[in-house]
Amino acid sequence: MDSQAPAEALAIKTEKLNLWYGTFQALYDIDLDIKRGIITSMIGPSGCGKTTFLRSVNRINERLGYVRTTGSILVLGHDIYGPQVDLGKVREQVGMVFQRPNPLPLSIRENVIFGYRLAKGTQKVSASERDEIVEKALREVLLWDTVKDRLDRRAIDLSLEEQQKLCIARLLPVKPAVLLMDEPCSALDPKGTEAVEELIWELRGEYTILIVTHNMAQARRASEECIFMLLGKVIEHTPTEELFVTPANQETADYIEGRYG
Amino acid sequence: MFEASELNIRNHRVERLWGLLFLLMTVLLILPVVVILGVLVYKGGPIISVDFLFTEPKDGMTAGGIFPALVGTIWLVAVALLASVPVGIAAALYLSEYAPDNWLTRIINLAIINLAGVPSIVHALFGVGAFVLFFKFGTSILAASLTLAIMTLPVVIVATRESLQAVPQAFREACWNMGASRWQTIRKVVLPNSISGILTGVILEVSRTAGETAPIMFTGAAFFLPFLPQSVFDQTMAMSLHLFVISTQVPGVPEAMPYGVALVLIGMVLAMNAVSIGFRMYLRGKKKW
Repeated sequence: MDSQAPAEALAIKTEKLNLWYGTFQALYDIDLDIKRGIITSMIGPSGCGKTTFLRSVNRINERLGYVRTTGSILVLGHDIYGPQVDLGKVREQVGMVFQRPNPLPLSIRENVIFGYRLAKGTQKVSASERDEIVEKALREVLLWDTVKDRLDRRAIDLSLEEQQKLCIARLLPVKPAVLLMDEPCSALDPKGTEAVEELIWELRGEYTILIVTHNMAQARRASEECIFMLLGKVIEHTPTEELFVTPANQETADYIEGRYG
Repeated sequence: MFEASELNIRNHRVERLWGLLFLLMTVLLILPVVVILGVLVYKGGPIISVDFLFTEPKDGMTAGGIFPALVGTIWLVAVALLASVPVGIAAALYLSEYAPDNWLTRIINLAIINLAGVPSIVHALFGVGAFVLFFKFGTSILAASLTLAIMTLPVVIVATRESLQAVPQAFREACWNMGASRWQTIRKVVLPNSISGILTGVILEVSRTAGETAPIMFTGAAFFLPFLPQSVFDQTMAMSLHLFVISTQVPGVPEAMPYGVALVLIGMVLAMNAVSIGFRMYLRGKKKW
């Protein structure tokens, strides 16, 4: 990212994005404009390409050798598939939260500072700098008060809700623009879901959040715009309330009424 | 309505029978181990003494101790470990963490399996050709150890790869998603969480080569050489070859002696196994998941 980039209104813009797993086409001509600083949710039945789309936005899909992508994805106006692009830089800007919380087998503190250390490369991170960053990130995810006395404990011993918050916290020290969340609450109990949804709501504005969910109620209460996908295509992309109240498309209407999915 | 019928009762009986049969077969496994150790301890135990372990053989190997052979075997195994561990771990890291699934990878895997199936005497001939003659190491510890190393490479690779693959994929994904390269992921997460398994697996596999005879007899092990090796370019006596020699090639060896040598050899391998298992238990206690 060069610093002279104009302040872009769009966090993510895709043009004619097609994606194949081997010979199977998972995404068809996806053209999306995802606005900066709001929460956008993606809904649709299993296998419709939501997760695939999410995983293309930080290029994590490419770890599978047999994935082929055409078209373009611009993050803050910059093509992330350009020839000069460094994957590490892309993933700093575009963080991802998974369905199952996946803290690293390290202490809570080291989990939070991990990405920052990577970004710093060979430069040493001083103890005071580290503590400051860890506290700031954990405060942002509303976890500081619960864990401040046990930062050296194993992250894996936290509750699932706390683990998921930690997984969000560890993305923040490198100041990402976009947070991708792949069903971030599906492994949590209702209380945990509520807490994490609340947190996601808190984070909007500062971060652009794209959240994939199976849970239509969640999409409805916790997002500002909503994208409905079906069989690898975008069917509808409107403000959330509009999509649920006056869907423009018959397939959308059928899905949100629960006729299939 | 829930009473056992004739058929149920028969099923139970058959079930028990098979269970017993499998148990019996499993117990049979222990038998050879117990008999071998028992005979060795009974026949070879009395000859074991500090003198036996720490003096040179005398009177055409019909008396004295086994010190040069003992030291020689330690040299051979240690140098073989030094050679095979870095190469094996590097290859396993490539295959497990870097290699794409394509024809080249498949050919490499096939080659590893085939390398594991090559008879040890063929490795010995390869060692003579490659290390003794071509690289001009002569018959030496270096040539013998490299031959042993080549022989153990496939199992080192397989043991390492298994440990690497025991590290959950979610850890790698988490790392990649924070911008870590493959190498950063390996260094910060994969290796710290698999190194205990790798090292113990590798020590177990390589320590077994202490008993190999064929690969070292043409490449570096000496029939009779009552001095300690000074460097890797020296020849040396070795326990396995010494056992072969005094059992079959030298007349007038007291009966207890080969048994004593065999007992020490087995003891060495078991001791290395015990160390590696203890090491594994220690490291496993420190795991963070």
